[in-house]
Amino acid sequence: MDTSSRASSSWQIARERSHLIGRACGQKFKHSCYDEIREEVPLSLGRFRLPPGSRRSCSSLEIRARRSRGGASVSLKVDRDHTRFRDIVRGRIRKGLRDYISHGEMIGRKGKDTVSIPIPHIDVPRFTFDERGQGGVGQGEGRPGDPVGDPQPGNGGGEAGQGQGDHVLEVDISLDELADILGEELELPNIEEKGKSRILSSKDKYSGIRQVGPEALRHFKRTYKEALKRAISTGSYDKNNPLIVPRREDKRYRSWREDEQAVANAVIIYMMDVSGSMGDEQKEIVRLESFWIDTWLRKQYDGIESRFIIHDAAAREVDRDTFFHTRESGGTMISSAYNLACEIIEKNYPTSEWNIYPFHFSDGDNWSSDDTSYCIKLLREKLIPASNMFAYGQVHSPYGSGQFIKDLREHLRDEEKLVLSQIADRDAIVESLKEFLGKGR
Amino acid sequence: MPSAGFLKESSLPQYLRKEQDRIETVARESGLDFFPTVFEILSYDRLNEIAAYGGFPTRYPHWRFGMEYERLSKSYEYGLSKIYEMVINTNPAIAYLLEGNSLTDQKLVMCHVYGHVDFFKNNFTFRSTDLDTFGQWIPTQPQSGSGYTPNRRWIDKMANHGSVVRRLSARHGVENIETFIDACLSLENLIDPHGAFVRRSEPEPPKKTSFEEEAPQLVEPEVPRLRSKSYMENFINPEEIMRSERERMKKEAAEKKEKFPKEPRKDVLQFLIESAPLEKWERSVLTIIRDEAHYFLPQMQTKIMNEGWASYHHSKLMTTKIADWGDIIEYADNNAGVMATSGRNLNPYKLGVELFRHIEERWDKGQFGRQWDECDDLDERRHWDLRLGLGKKKIFEVRAHYNDVTFLDEFLTPEFASEQGMFNFEWSERRGGFEIATREFNKVKQKLLGQLTNAGNPMIRVLDANFGNRGELLLEHEHHGVDLRVDYAERVLEALVRVWKRPVLVATSVDDKAMHLRFDGREHSRVAVS
Repeated sequence: MDTSSRASSSWQIARERSHLIGRACGQKFKHSCYDEIREEVPLSLGRFRLPPGSRRSCSSLEIRARRSRGGASVSLKVDRDHTRFRDIVRGRIRKGLRDYISHGEMIGRKGKDTVSIPIPHIDVPRFTFDERGQGGVGQGEGRPGDPVGDPQPGNGGGEAGQGQGDHVLEVDISLDELADILGEELELPNIEEKGKSRILSSKDKYSGIRQVGPEALRHFKRTYKEALKRAISTGSYDKNNPLIVPRREDKRYRSWREDEQAVANAVIIYMMDVSGSMGDEQKEIVRLESFWIDTWLRKQYDGIESRFIIHDAAAREVDRDTFFHTRESGGTMISSAYNLACEIIEKNYPTSEWNIYPFHFSDGDNWSSDDTSYCIKLLREKLIPASNMFAYGQVHSPYGSGQFIKDLREHLRDEEKLVLSQIADRDAIVESLKEFLGKGR
Repeated sequence: MPSAGFLKESSLPQYLRKEQDRIETVARESGLDFFPTVFEILSYDRLNEIAAYGGFPTRYPHWRFGMEYERLSKSYEYGLSKIYEMVINTNPAIAYLLEGNSLTDQKLVMCHVYGHVDFFKNNFTFRSTDLDTFGQWIPTQPQSGSGYTPNRRWIDKMANHGSVVRRLSARHGVENIETFIDACLSLENLIDPHGAFVRRSEPEPPKKTSFEEEAPQLVEPEVPRLRSKSYMENFINPEEIMRSERERMKKEAAEKKEKFPKEPRKDVLQFLIESAPLEKWERSVLTIIRDEAHYFLPQMQTKIMNEGWASYHHSKLMTTKIADWGDIIEYADNNAGVMATSGRNLNPYKLGVELFRHIEERWDKGQFGRQWDECDDLDERRHWDLRLGLGKKKIFEVRAHYNDVTFLDEFLTPEFASEQGMFNFEWSERRGGFEIATREFNKVKQKLLGQLTNAGNPMIRVLDANFGNRGELLLEHEHHGVDLRVDYAERVLEALVRVWKRPVLVATSVDDKAMHLRFDGREHSRVAVS
């Protein structure tokens, strides 16, 4: 009897250990965590309570380790159902259900900012009461006529923030997911980076609590709480004179980890013709098209920069907002934009380190054929060699002649990196995206 | 029980097992009577997974579990909430602990769990989840003590459901089965919450052959006569009245004979299983949905009591026996979080625990019975204390014999409601939001009871399965002042048509106008009825 129980308990420990070792693999900084937990096992045999600090710091480490793996640690039974739900949300299967997706959100806090976390939700319809007609019973302060707020999410202890908020989000999926969908729909190939290594920079981030650290990082609240706990449990707490003096072992400090962040190594240079012949509709097409290009390329590169150039007879660099909202009039000198783009590249983006994507949109009505041949020269000698791909999109406009694309086609037929696309109207955007991004450069 | 003992030994780290033994002893000493309880410690993603499946590690495959999982894991990952505890109503009971919680939290959770398991075992509503009597009539008398070891192996049952659905999916296609499950889920709440406790009239005699059925009924209905002396007979029971009465009864009997179901049926799902023209696989899916709905029903009917009871005991056990000095602050912090109330959220933990304490105090002090009810001297009432000490006995009785509706109906007092700051809120068009409507006790109580009745679902029953002699299904919504949500109702009708395969109607009223909502498989219509 006795031996059997002992055997089972030691098996218990062994099992637990192997379990922990299993978990400890994979992450470098897990070593410390593993050591702490290993201490915990023999301790639990002799003494029954552990110092709370050690337990806590280990658990927070634990969670972080899992999260940094992106949650893809173990395969779960629910994965199948989860994937199926995501597929419904994306409209890939069960298309009928898609009409019933509502976009709830949970309100979370990230530091001082409020962030909203979109939660797509499909209600199973049942015979229920009309909520507005129903009202309900609540609890709290206030007089008749006072407003009653929404239930606070996350306040109910065990319960998650149930019930959706009344807010509706415009975008219910992240841009990353959107890019995935785009990629799948258009069957876009992933871009192969051409031997250009990623640049990483590291950044420190406070993420946990430790028992040692510099005074400057002392966590007042945690320290106070520990000291208060100690005072109460040793009986030295006097409620008439609630003086708490933290000792060394009470002190808690913030700890940090290094976050590696990718630094931009790709740049998109958007160029747009804003001469008189480009109307609002044309610009809207450019806006939509560049949104999708942006989304796709952002998915492909961890960090990406965008530059914006507008031109009529002269070119200038502008910010994003101006880019989409400016309306100028006057003639068109495309070479001015190409010149500026060359300058920007030479100055800021050495081609050995950067993936460069110039996109140019115009209605194809250039000032003179001289300027066009100058453009071709610039493209052939400077812009195209520097870029991963040079894309020219010609938006159809009632005023323009649309000559430019024909000239490019004629003179630069042998340039592989040049992609040309004609966009007749909004419906043509999808096709044009496919032309632009379908080459996987 | 030996199997439970084995599980207990193998599923927890030692230091928690020790705690469990200690808490179990203390809980038993304080009068709790629970099934053997197995604790398992899980990582957060496993816990979220199991929570998404309603506590069961194996359920039938369905996208909505994935949806629930996404919600839980997102809210955990963004630090909005985490699940501390989960316990499922099985015998032996299974409870899950979150790996990485502090020891104080684990102790708190274990105390809470024993409260729940005691409730599962002793509260009468949960007797309808005993698998050895499942689907049969159950006397409302609760059972308790070590002699009561019902079969509640729902883990196995749910797993069986899972394998049935998986097998059907393989045979008929995932899409087919899933679509049908979606339709069934829309009907999930159309069950009779008290069904298990109602003794039905004799089961219907086996159907006669068609020949017998067609045979004309020769027996004339007997018209009841008023008693009279023979010479008064013709005046008191005049022949023409008797004749017209006989005609009426004949007609009634004929109508009743044609009517199907004879009486309105509250358990719509059961009715559909019995009478809808279903394929075999459809019938098994619908049965699965109904069985599982019945399993979860008692928890909906006793949410306030169950959480209140568990909270009552976790706070009692923690603060008297289990918590060490070092635990107290963390315990108080967490407990306060669980008990927090805010606006529109009526916190069942808080309401339940306070009401149990209120009852205990009243029965300890003898604040009940006729004398107490008739006393309207406020001062006397305030200092009323007969030192009866019946509180503990009373609350244990209450936990066995009540559900949320009867619990609040009987024990919610005006004093308690005002102490707890309870109010009614209503939608205000002017404000475009909800606002406090009143704090008047009767209205608050009425609203609360109204919302808990029928587990918060509208009362729907089957009225006629051959409506208009066209094989259409007529349901009736018993309207108690709140309209149905019409867009949802329409989609439920679509699901009903999928099952019934003929047009379906529901009689309700919208904006005070009585009408039938009808769906014929192609389009929805509303028919006003007088």
